[in-house]
Amino acid sequence: MTPGWVVRRIGFYALVAVVLAFFAVPMLWLAGAPFDARPGFGLRWPEWTSANVHATLRHPFAVRSLVNSLVLCLVATAVTTAFAALAAYALSRVRIPGRDALLYVLLLLSSVVTGTAAMVPLFVLMLQLGLIDSRFGTALVIAGGMLPAAIFILKDFVDAVPRSYEESARVFGASPRQVLGHVVLPIARPGIATILVWSFVNAWGNFLLPFLLLRDVDKQPAAVLMRTLQDEGGSANLTVIPVFSLLYSIPVVLLYLVVNQRYGFRFHGGIKS
Amino acid sequence: MAGVEITGVSTVYPNGVRAVDALDLRVVDGELFALLGPSGCGKTTLLRTIAGLEVPAAGTVTIGSRDVTRLPPGRRGVAMVFQDYALFPHMTVAENIAYPLRVRRAPKARQREAASEVADGLSLSGLLDRRPGQLSGGQQQRAALGRAVAAGADVLLLDEPLSNLDARLRLEARTFLKRLQHDLALTTVFVTHDQAEALALADRIAVMESGRIRQLGTPREVFQRPADTFVANFIGSTPMNLVEATARDGHVECAGARLPGPPGLVDGTPLVVGVRPEYLAPADDGITGVVSTVENLGVSSLVTLDCPDGTPISLTVPEQHEPALGRTLTVNAAPGRLLFYDAEDGGLLDG
Repeated sequence: MTPGWVVRRIGFYALVAVVLAFFAVPMLWLAGAPFDARPGFGLRWPEWTSANVHATLRHPFAVRSLVNSLVLCLVATAVTTAFAALAAYALSRVRIPGRDALLYVLLLLSSVVTGTAAMVPLFVLMLQLGLIDSRFGTALVIAGGMLPAAIFILKDFVDAVPRSYEESARVFGASPRQVLGHVVLPIARPGIATILVWSFVNAWGNFLLPFLLLRDVDKQPAAVLMRTLQDEGGSANLTVIPVFSLLYSIPVVLLYLVVNQRYGFRFHGGIKS
Repeated sequence: MAGVEITGVSTVYPNGVRAVDALDLRVVDGELFALLGPSGCGKTTLLRTIAGLEVPAAGTVTIGSRDVTRLPPGRRGVAMVFQDYALFPHMTVAENIAYPLRVRRAPKARQREAASEVADGLSLSGLLDRRPGQLSGGQQQRAALGRAVAAGADVLLLDEPLSNLDARLRLEARTFLKRLQHDLALTTVFVTHDQAEALALADRIAVMESGRIRQLGTPREVFQRPADTFVANFIGSTPMNLVEATARDGHVECAGARLPGPPGLVDGTPLVVGVRPEYLAPADDGITGVVSTVENLGVSSLVTLDCPDGTPISLTVPEQHEPALGRTLTVNAAPGRLLFYDAEDGGLLDG
């Protein structure tokens, strides 16, 4: 307990406190501001009221945009997870020359395909396909952007499933579909859960694609609508924004908790190593 | 119930390795058959070819009277226990055992019934609701066996069934396996690299090397009269003495001694004399050497003699009869225990 040690400890905790505050302040704002009679950008003890909540629920687009977000994300997540699982299984089990190169190229190009650089061609493509203002079309584009990375991650999980599980099932007469459904998917479940959460969170937070491809406010998701929540004067609508932000963050947290609860556990054994 | 017949089967891997090479084999109905050989000899590939997990490049596989060469694994009437057991980790023991019935879409009640029936016979009854990860190695092995039994197959295939168990458990499991196979009278083929395991378990053994069968016979035949020097070297917990020798006047000269040899050999023919350490005993005349090491094997000791020409000869002696180091000892083989091999191709010479 030299003075130097004490100083170092104090310095360390001071640093931790600053970092913690940096993360905690927005969280505390999110907890307090929605229920404050006079919400602002600062952090303060709220004068409790539920008026903001009512105002937000009455807002013409707020709830609708959250539903839009949910639809968009569910479709994108379902497409990504289903296709990634099948593709990862195939790529993990079938020998194709240049398979790894293919995966890396896909991964590399995916950031270009749905990245900012490809926005104009993508918009033109969707326009010609007549898929502008289509939530389903937008969900597909989002899923397309996420697929390569999802396949890449999931392939590693499937690679780790020993082949003797599948061979064992095959010897007992399981069809390829049964092998997949009874054995591979359940064993790769932690990986699939990871992809599920990852793709949902990614789609939920995606701003640029729906902003470009969904011009109709009626169809815009929450991430896009947030930008337009202003009063007549053009300044931020602080009655609606805090509540809306809170509602916006709930699904992601909820999904994480549910998936972690149901699928987050690890398997032990079955293969003796 | 069915035998397995393999005719001219070759299995070639994509990298061009011929793991199994034009092999013929017949496993009789109800037999416990061992495929024995060093790693890389093709024994597991042959087993997988019988199971249908590898497709042979040539030849036919017949189970019972059906040609199954082109049938998928699930329609061959075989059940297999993998070396790592491959119990599905997300299913309970009961679900694992009943899995073959689930594949055939048997009713849930029937599955449960079959599982408990099989588990009874394997003393797994109390463990039906556990997951494989909660079982000991021996219990996992029995669960995997149970799943194979529940499949109701004609032929049971076991890949290195005992290699994942620790030494003491292995002996127990060996006895258990032999009794189970006897009770079920199920044609069983198992793969092992452990010659002691093959000798103890099997009704018949095929000793394999480089994708071919070097010898096929009962454990006794394979142990007492190895067909060539490879088998002679491979079988036996203490390696057989293989000594270079020369034929002369109906005798053979080896390690500075003159032993009765096979008749009808031209003088000067080089050959190899083989004799197991267990079949050598001190005698009045025979091979003479100086005791150089004594290794304790428990009830016996392995004694190594250095012969005048430098050849080491080993023999086992009963406990309490170990000779002192440096003593000169003369040993000879029990009658009929000397084997003579061709020096060129290593084949056994009759006589």
